[in-house]
Amino acid sequence: MIARLAAAIPDGATVALAQDSVGVAMAVTRELVRRGVRDLDLVGVPISGMQADVLIGAGCVRSIETSAVTLGEFGTAPRFAAALKAGTIRVLDSTCPAIHAALQAGQKGLPFMPLRGLIGTDLVRHRPDWKVIDNPFGADDPIVLLPAIRPDFGLFHAPLADRHGNVWIGRQRDLLTIAHASQRSLVTVEAMTDDDLMGDESRAAGVIPAIYVTHVALAPGGAKPLKFVGHYARDEAAVGRYAAMARTESGFREWLDQWLQADTVTA
Amino acid sequence: MEPFNRSELLITAIARLLEGCRHVIVGAASPIPGAAALLVRARTDGALRVNVLGSQRHNSFTNGGVETFDLAAQGRVDAFFLGGGQIDGEANINLVGTGEYPAGDVRWPGSFGSAYLYFLVPRVILFREEHTRRVFVPKVDFVSAPGSSPPNVYRPGGPWKLVTGLGVFAFDRARKRFAVESVHPGHTVEEILDNTGFTLDIPEQVPMTPAPDPSTLTLLRGRIRSEIAETYPRFAAQLAA
Repeated sequence: MIARLAAAIPDGATVALAQDSVGVAMAVTRELVRRGVRDLDLVGVPISGMQADVLIGAGCVRSIETSAVTLGEFGTAPRFAAALKAGTIRVLDSTCPAIHAALQAGQKGLPFMPLRGLIGTDLVRHRPDWKVIDNPFGADDPIVLLPAIRPDFGLFHAPLADRHGNVWIGRQRDLLTIAHASQRSLVTVEAMTDDDLMGDESRAAGVIPAIYVTHVALAPGGAKPLKFVGHYARDEAAVGRYAAMARTESGFREWLDQWLQADTVTA
Repeated sequence: MEPFNRSELLITAIARLLEGCRHVIVGAASPIPGAAALLVRARTDGALRVNVLGSQRHNSFTNGGVETFDLAAQGRVDAFFLGGGQIDGEANINLVGTGEYPAGDVRWPGSFGSAYLYFLVPRVILFREEHTRRVFVPKVDFVSAPGSSPPNVYRPGGPWKLVTGLGVFAFDRARKRFAVESVHPGHTVEEILDNTGFTLDIPEQVPMTPAPDPSTLTLLRGRIRSEIAETYPRFAAQLAA
């Protein structure tokens, strides 16, 4: 099931990724690497971490738009940094609210969204796709316009889905934005329920309705070794080991071989 | 005086800067600012609202990542913390990397929300524990967020104070300059000057950053340590040592 879900993402797709702890689809990430997907354009919503680093290290990525790629207390993502130095990926450095706002433009079917801040940063200087205009409702009030982000795929992990394809996310509303903005959403879940998630009014506000969800696959532990809010903590030893090994290309290859040999579902 | 460590001193110093705030948000990779905000919340019996990003228990947001930025844009966030791989004398901050962008020499994670929150939050407190010329440079290599803006740029917020491993500093937005406000116990103004790559103002009398009192230490080592452990387990473990 997880492999089938991963197979839906073709080479060259734009894929929006949830940030650490919110619901990173690590089990799918492993299937994507196994399959040898190429030229992905990633969008970190609004940042990414080990997931993007692994995909970059494995040669699956053409570009990444993000506000950061970080391993948290373990520091900068090493394969991301190495790929930038080698010039093998393109980075579109952004800032968190710009990613959110551009996705919101996507979900509204708008061509762009204005955003405060940003003026005078080197981010704007390196983003020719961002425009500074004068607020048409004011006078001498420069403001930045961001083009909409409309990913081909939203890819994330969630707590629960029902048999109709409704996905419960609780208050992790970034996942709803990803689903609204993306043309298709691929979701792994900790558990399936026979209940109708839309049938319970007290729970319905935390549901992504099935209309936005293309595929659901059961993947208990599907965000491991990363944290999944309300379910499990980050496996500090596993992420620390990754951070140490991925410092070098050969260390990363060794780590990757071991990871790919492990079971698909990291229960 | 009861012995205290540097983290405890820094937490106490930052907590002092949050007095009078109604709502503080603590961003990514900020265990010491997080502990400081939780400390003030505990002392004010919850009058200070605190949202720790990345936390489940100490976070009341229900609208995802946008909520922080929407609140800030409406003036509903009084203080926020930012750091920088490089910070210069005009309070420009760089969270992207050194050298020629994008290949660069050293790459850091990225700008996070700095390019927006630095403009909108009235009291941005810069925090960087390492106080060296590597960090405090004459001019940043990449401007993730500028310390000041031209008068026509909408900017109700900006840099207010800077806290480092050596002292506390105030930023004068009109003059675009830092001034030493206090020096931490065991350190000197000369040490600050030796380790800062830009010029800054030094008053004739520089006070010592006050040490944490016994009741603060008790609170930090008990309740605050366990509250911050949810989001920063490695930091909390090191606090106990």
